[in-house]
Amino acid sequence: MINDIVAIFHDYWLLLLIGQYPNGPLGGLANTLILSALSIALAFPLSILLALARLSKWPFLRWPVTVLVYVTRGVPLLMLILWSYFLVPLLTGADVPSFVTMLTTLVVYQAAFLSEVVRAGIVALGHGQMEAAKALGHGYFGAMRFVILPQALYNMIPSILSTFVSTIKDTTLGYVINVPDLTFAASQVNNQLLTQPFQVFLILAVIYYAICWSLTHVAYRLERRITRRRAGLNGVRAATVIAPVKIISEQL
Amino acid sequence: MTGFDLSAILTNPEFVAMLLHGIEMTFVIAIGSWILAMTLAILLLALRFSPGRFGNAFVAGYVSYHRNVPTLVQLMLWYFGIFTLLPDWLTYWLASHNAEAIFAIIGLGLCQAAYFSEDLRSGLRSVSPGQMEAARALGHGYISAMRFVMMPQGVRNALPPLINHSVSLFKNSSLGVVIGASELTHAVKEIENLSFRTFEIYLIGTLLYLFFSLLIMAGGAYVSMRADPATRARA
Repeated sequence: MINDIVAIFHDYWLLLLIGQYPNGPLGGLANTLILSALSIALAFPLSILLALARLSKWPFLRWPVTVLVYVTRGVPLLMLILWSYFLVPLLTGADVPSFVTMLTTLVVYQAAFLSEVVRAGIVALGHGQMEAAKALGHGYFGAMRFVILPQALYNMIPSILSTFVSTIKDTTLGYVINVPDLTFAASQVNNQLLTQPFQVFLILAVIYYAICWSLTHVAYRLERRITRRRAGLNGVRAATVIAPVKIISEQL
Repeated sequence: MTGFDLSAILTNPEFVAMLLHGIEMTFVIAIGSWILAMTLAILLLALRFSPGRFGNAFVAGYVSYHRNVPTLVQLMLWYFGIFTLLPDWLTYWLASHNAEAIFAIIGLGLCQAAYFSEDLRSGLRSVSPGQMEAARALGHGYISAMRFVMMPQGVRNALPPLINHSVSLFKNSSLGVVIGASELTHAVKEIENLSFRTFEIYLIGTLLYLFFSLLIMAGGAYVSMRADPATRARA
């Protein structure tokens, strides 16, 4: 068993890492990470706009976003992927690669989830910050830009990181529309070998575990650090502060 | 392709039957894995609180694996991997008893147990230790104190994440389509292939999922309200 796993890893590590890259599209782990990083990078600014819209006093801004958030929370990601697979080529009128389809889905999906995190971060700051900023002569956008968001977003860094982890896990669903990611590469390996599915999928699970575990660990460390800094306890020994575990993440 | 026409699907008895079967299987998978997950979660919790290092380390490893490996990969490992390693008689038995649904239930249930046990654990940890001491002082044994004093409060604290994760479990039942379980998403894709009315059938599938998810959320909100002493009298 162990020998099989080592042999598979030895023969196919390049395929698992970058897919068929020089001779075909970039795939494998590299593509999984690029897809996740791109989706978070695009979803983050969108989520701030969505959060501001949800906190806005105008119903015509608040309502559509509320509906969007509830729909993305209530419908399986798989269903949303099928929608984009159908709609994105229809709307753009072009033959869109599955990578772009998956990216679109993930950006909308994660932006809806992150917007709840941003909203919670803004609400958690309390009215006082906004009132103080306005009293100092800031307008709404000035107050948001210079007072509210810097504080809210700083507290959100661990949440963003854990959203990144769940995005990495979400990208596996690209398998159903043949996005060339790590899962796709593993199933290619499985199709070539045919006789050792357990070994192949075990390798796949271990790779995902290693990546997601390390990133979760970093998020946890960052969170403790931020909690300590917020509490004004920079120089105090770690053992004296117990950080509440409140990383918000959507499981998948 | 003609215009938007829901009735083309909803008046076709074959499609309606497929949809109903899909909904039924989705519920079989969701409820089956929920029960499996809750049972396992309580066992894991008991192990976690039992004296001795081994139980604690085992549960920590279990939770870590199931939270850091994508659910889809876990399902694939079960269905494409572990299924092939089973003895022949078991494979035959499973193959003739809807193996796809069984592995979807096992995979999702084991995965969800990790989340449920963590929810329950953090719920229990937020109950003050004085409660336990007071219960013991009143003559309760450990089990009895857990059962009548700690757990009721712990579960109440854990309700919001438990409800969220139950909704996720319901949504994750759609992953069964990847290993060939004939649940709602599977039915939607089948009908799409037969009718070519992609927009209509996706809309129906989406609305069904949304309806049931919102129903679970509303049910959860009602249970939380009933469980909270502050609002129970008014409910």
